[in-house]
Amino acid sequence: MSDPDLIDVQDIAPAEVAEMDPYQHREKIYTRKIEGFFQRLRLYTGWPLLLGYLLLPWLNWDGRQAILFDLPARKFHIFGLTLWPQDFPLLAFMMIIAAFALFTVTVFAGRVWCGYTCPQTVWTSIFMWWEQKSEGSRNQRIKRDNSGWNLDKIWRKLLKHSGWLVVAFVTGLTFVGYFYPVKALVVELASFSTGIQQFAWTAFFTCATYINAGWLREKVCTHMCPYARFQSVMFDQDTLIVSYDPNRGETRGSRKRGIDYAAQGLGDCIDCELCVQVCPTGIDIRDGLQYECIGCALCIDACDSVMEKMSYDTGLIRYTSEHQLEGGTTHWIRPRLIGYLLVFALMTGLFSYQLLSRVPLELTVIRDRSQLYITTDSGAIENIYTLHLVNMDKDSHQFEITISGVKNANIVGETVHALNGGEVREISLRVSARPEVLNSPSSVLTFEAQATERPNLQARSESRFLKPL
Amino acid sequence: MTSFWSAWVIILTSITIIIMTWVLIANKRAERRTGERTTGHVYDGIEEYDNAIPTWWFWMFIITIVWGVAYLVVYPGMGNFPGVIGWTQIDQHDRSVAAADEKYRAMRDRYLALPVEEIAVDPAVRKMGARMFSNNCAQCHGSDAKGSYGFPNLADNDWIYGGEAETIKQTLIGGRQAAMPAWGSIIGDQGVSETTAYMLSLNGRQADPELAAAGESKYATYCAACHGADAGGNTAMGAPNLSNGIWLYGGTEAQIAHSIRAGRNGVMPAFAETLSEDKIHILTAYVYGLNR
Repeated sequence: MSDPDLIDVQDIAPAEVAEMDPYQHREKIYTRKIEGFFQRLRLYTGWPLLLGYLLLPWLNWDGRQAILFDLPARKFHIFGLTLWPQDFPLLAFMMIIAAFALFTVTVFAGRVWCGYTCPQTVWTSIFMWWEQKSEGSRNQRIKRDNSGWNLDKIWRKLLKHSGWLVVAFVTGLTFVGYFYPVKALVVELASFSTGIQQFAWTAFFTCATYINAGWLREKVCTHMCPYARFQSVMFDQDTLIVSYDPNRGETRGSRKRGIDYAAQGLGDCIDCELCVQVCPTGIDIRDGLQYECIGCALCIDACDSVMEKMSYDTGLIRYTSEHQLEGGTTHWIRPRLIGYLLVFALMTGLFSYQLLSRVPLELTVIRDRSQLYITTDSGAIENIYTLHLVNMDKDSHQFEITISGVKNANIVGETVHALNGGEVREISLRVSARPEVLNSPSSVLTFEAQATERPNLQARSESRFLKPL
Repeated sequence: MTSFWSAWVIILTSITIIIMTWVLIANKRAERRTGERTTGHVYDGIEEYDNAIPTWWFWMFIITIVWGVAYLVVYPGMGNFPGVIGWTQIDQHDRSVAAADEKYRAMRDRYLALPVEEIAVDPAVRKMGARMFSNNCAQCHGSDAKGSYGFPNLADNDWIYGGEAETIKQTLIGGRQAAMPAWGSIIGDQGVSETTAYMLSLNGRQADPELAAAGESKYATYCAACHGADAGGNTAMGAPNLSNGIWLYGGTEAQIAHSIRAGRNGVMPAFAETLSEDKIHILTAYVYGLNR
C-alpha cells in the first residue's frame, strides 16, 4: 500500500464467519424478559410519547379536531394553524429538520432513535410484553413451541394473537384518526356504517401493525429499514455504541461464585449468554459492533444484573465509544457533530421564519387570453383579469384590491370583497388605462389584495397590461 | 384495428407470455444451491454465484403472469377481442355521467321548477353559473361579462334581443344570427357621412348640423324599419338601440360609418346541444342576475 491516495485496507473478515446462505430459514428469536435502568428509561420516555400519539386526535381546538390532516379538503389542521397545499415547502423543511436531528443524534449517541423511540421498537416491545404475559417466559415459550398442540397451547396462542390484534387495532384506528375525524370514525366503526375507505385504511394499519410488531420484528430493522443501512456512515470512533469490553471480559468462561477467577486465566464474562437471550435482533454483542444492533441496551441491563449477582463491577457491556474501548477518551465535540448541529439550527431557524412570516392569503391573477385588449369609445384601453383570491385564514376578512405599475390605471368592477375564513373566490374585473401614458405595448401590472382591518394580511401578484402596438 | 394488426398484437402478446413463463420455469431449478458454480462474471475480483431466484420472487412473477392473462381475458387487450365483460372507456364514461346525473338530479329538478327570476339571487346558483360562464361564455363576453368589440356587455341594462329571462334563455338555447346589411352601395359615401352625422347628433355628440339633418331623412328611409323611428332599437329583430351611447362595434365616427357602409354580422352560437336544460336554466339565471 504505497499509494498515499488509497485507503489502507486489510482483510477484516474473521476466519469463522461462514458464507451466508441466501435461502436460510428465519430463526425465530425468543427474547428473554429483563429489567434494568435502560428498560425503565425506555418505559418512562415511551409512555408520554405513546399517550401523546393515542390521545392527540381526541383533542379539540376551536370546535374542530386539534390535529387533523384533512386530505380530501387538502387542509392540514395543527392546533391554531391551518396549512394549505401552498404551504408544502414547510413540510419539506420539517423533513430536513427531522433528518438532521436524526443525523446529529446518531453521530453523538448512535442508534438511540432505533433503540428507544422508533415505533417499530416500541410496538415490538409492547407485543413482546404481551407475549410474555400470555405465553410465559422464554424457556416456556421455546418448550411449548416445540411440543405438540394441546388445549393449553391453543388458548395461550389465541390469547396472544387476540391481544396483539387489539393493540394493532387501537394503533390503526388512532392513525386513521389523524386523517379522518376520530370521534366519527369510532362511532361509524362501532355501528358498521363506516365508508369503505375508512374501513380499508383502518384494517390496513391494523394488519400492518400486527404483522410488523408481531411477526416481522427485527427483520424490519435488518432488511427493510433504510436508516439502519446507512447509519454506519454517521458513526465515528467517538459515537456512543453498545459494546462489550473484551479487555475485561475475555477469556470468558463459567465459574463458581467468589473464586479467584483471574488466577484461572478468566475474564469477567461468565459466558451466561443472557445478553444473547435478551437481544431482540438475535445477535451476540460480544462479537463486536454489528449492523443488526439497534442500541436498545437490553444486553446492558442483562449483563449488569449478572455482574451484580456475581459482585463484579457493572458495565462489562455498556454505552461506550471505540476510542474509550481502546483505552482513550471519548471526544464529545467533533467537527462532524458541530456541522450537523449547525445545519440543524439553520434549518430550524429557516422553518421558524417561514412559519412566522407566513401570510394566510394567496392571490393569483389570470389574464383573459381571448381578447388581448379592448378599446373603448373614449379611446381607453381595457384588459380583463380573473383574480383567484384564497383566504387561508380561519377568520372572515374584507379585502381591498388595488393595482400599481400602470400610470392612472383604474379598476372597473368591485374592488372590495368579503371572504369567509377558508374561502376561495374568483373575481373578474377589468383595468382601464389611457394608451398615451403607456410606453410599451406590454407593461407590468401588479395586483395587491389587502385585508382592510389587518394591513399585514396582504398578497401581491404580477400580470401584464397590453395595449395596441 | 385491422385484422392484421389485431392478429399481430395477439400473436406477439401470446409469444411473450409463453417465453416469459418458460424462462421463469427454466430458471427455477429443483436444485436450490449449486455451491461453487458461478456465472463466470467477474467484476473487480467479485464473482457472482449462479443461484436460482428466491422462491418468493418466483411466485410474485407467477402471480403477475396469472394476473396478466386474467386481465387479457376479462378486459380488452388482445387485439380486437373485447374481453368477456365487454368493458369500454365510453361505457365507463357514460356510466359516470349517469351516476353524476343521478346524484345531482334532486338539486337540478329543484332549480328547474323555480322561475329564473327567483333563483337568480341564490348564492349557490350564482356560483355554479359563474363557473359555467367561465367555461362557455367568457371567451367572447369576457370573464367579467362586460363584453368587448363585437360581443355585447351582459352586465348592463342594454339588451339587443331583450333582457327578460325567457329571452335570455332563448338566446342561449337557439343562439342568434344578427345581420345588418351593408348600405354603402345603396346610399353612397355621401349618404354614409350624412347618416353617421345624424347618429352622432342623436347621441348628443358634435356633428355637422346640415349633414345630420340630411341624415335624418336617410335614417327614416333605410334604418327606421329595423332600428325604429326613435332609434330605440327592436329587440324582436335584434336591432340595437342607437340612441343610448352603447356601441357594439365601436362608437367613433369612423367605426359608426364603417358599420353603416359595410354592415355587420354577429353570431351567438346555440348551446342547446352543448349544455343540458338545467344548466341552461342556471346559466340564464346567472346572466339575468348580472345587472341586478
